[in-house]
Amino acid sequence: MNYEAVIGLEVHVQLKTQSKLFCGCATEFGAEPNTRVCPVCLGYPGVLPVMNAEAVRKTILSGLMIGCKITQFSKWDRKNYFYPDMPKNYQVSQYDLPLCLGGAVQISGKKLGVTRIHLEEDVAKSFHFDTTSGVDFNRAGTPLMEIVSEPEMRSPEDAFAYLTALKEILITGGVSDCDMEKGQLRCDCNVSVRPVGQEKFGEKVEIKNMNSISGVKRALEYEIPRQIAALGRGEKIFQETRRWDDEAGKTSVMRTKEYAHDYRYFPEPDLMPVTVSDAMLAEIQKLLPELPEARRQRFIYQYGLPEYDAGVLVANAALAKFFEKAAGKNPKAVANWMMSVSDITTTPIQPTQIGELVTAIDAGQISGKQGKDVFAAMLTTGKSPAIIIQEKGLAQVSDTGALEAFCEQAIAGNPKSVADFKAGNKAAVNALVGQVMKLSKGKANPQLVGEILAKKLHSA
Amino acid sequence: MPEDTNRINIDHVAHLARLELTDAEKTKFAAQLKDMLAYVAKLSEVDVTGVEPTAHAVPLTNVLRPDESRPSIDPALVLKNAPESARGLIIMPKIVE
Repeated sequence: MNYEAVIGLEVHVQLKTQSKLFCGCATEFGAEPNTRVCPVCLGYPGVLPVMNAEAVRKTILSGLMIGCKITQFSKWDRKNYFYPDMPKNYQVSQYDLPLCLGGAVQISGKKLGVTRIHLEEDVAKSFHFDTTSGVDFNRAGTPLMEIVSEPEMRSPEDAFAYLTALKEILITGGVSDCDMEKGQLRCDCNVSVRPVGQEKFGEKVEIKNMNSISGVKRALEYEIPRQIAALGRGEKIFQETRRWDDEAGKTSVMRTKEYAHDYRYFPEPDLMPVTVSDAMLAEIQKLLPELPEARRQRFIYQYGLPEYDAGVLVANAALAKFFEKAAGKNPKAVANWMMSVSDITTTPIQPTQIGELVTAIDAGQISGKQGKDVFAAMLTTGKSPAIIIQEKGLAQVSDTGALEAFCEQAIAGNPKSVADFKAGNKAAVNALVGQVMKLSKGKANPQLVGEILAKKLHSA
Repeated sequence: MPEDTNRINIDHVAHLARLELTDAEKTKFAAQLKDMLAYVAKLSEVDVTGVEPTAHAVPLTNVLRPDESRPSIDPALVLKNAPESARGLIIMPKIVE
């Protein structure tokens, strides 16, 4: 029997704000444990949480970027559970009236639906030792956006493309840095399989603990065949939570915290609902950036770049921004150089310098091969190409007076090549060009040398 | 888990709250909870036909603050309330996942 996979993703994204969702504690990553906490985020009784306006705006902006309907009236709810990562014994989340509904993420060839986006608070980070666990509440209360997809993905590649596109959009909008190593983007996966043609979904399994987008793809590449093989053996799939082990390359059943998920949601009495007025929506609409897909099309149209180049540049927001400043008169050549840079943000290079390098090569001042050395030096030193060319003594000699002297010397010293050329062997000129290059210690502009030699040999 | 006023699944409720109760406590608290629910159940006697569901008694919305960070409290003070701490972390019996 042929099976197909049905995949849905729950993506948690930390919003880029200065302060936490309900208090003024700073959100920066990497602070000493329990130094960015206060009575509000530690869940002390009697405190008064007040919602961070920027977190609401960034959630709405995210919704607008992927075409969600922004709900006019939104409220927060308590999700009750007992676990040491949440000192209040409830997480403030949104149950039935999230800020954003619907929407879709465009991947090549199709749109993948989004169910909802809601705004909640992140929980504390726990560390596990031999016999104890330790909790750091710095992360507790950080604004966290949960983006729930429709179960419309059918392959690990779909999930990979969805996450990549979503991350690009969120970074472009300045909503989050989406650094998975810092836990700013986390993803849980719901996956089931069903016989092709069957309408009803199979029993779903939730996978946790994927630390990268490619990790999500690998986890699905393991889990889908596992489920199909189990069904093939006549086994049943049970609804369970599995943990992905990237090193071992497999998923295994997680011991569940709790059998029945009974969160007993109820409205958060300490937080007032949010109504999104037309004026507020108009203000946020002004912040809408050019989205990656639109930017790719513009790069192709405006700069005449091949689709591949446009894709590589746009996939990295910093690179795309840098390119637009650097493009100059020969955007394709500038793009070629830039696509070889691994991280533009860590080099001291200036956008105009790439144009200068391209001009130096186009004008024949240096060869393309020498250009590579110059570019490597530019990336590490931040010096202009002109200075590097001078320091390295790379400049090609294009001074016709000097070149003519070299050419005459070469002609005088190689009568055989001259005779061969005159007898009709046009390739014999290459030996003379080689001589000139040698005499000039490799600095002669070979194209000019060829032209001068041809002229001299014809007139001789 | 639906809990009606007539029969409270005390084991379930205790499990959700991570409480270990003795049989005597179970009987005692089940009776108390039943009384509380019966009291609150009086609300269902009110005819709410045509009344919009409401999350808050106070007709206020958009109570928001600007995104500005403020100094947090002294970490020593934070850990003072923890039964045990090490390297700035609050230490507890091992959490089982």
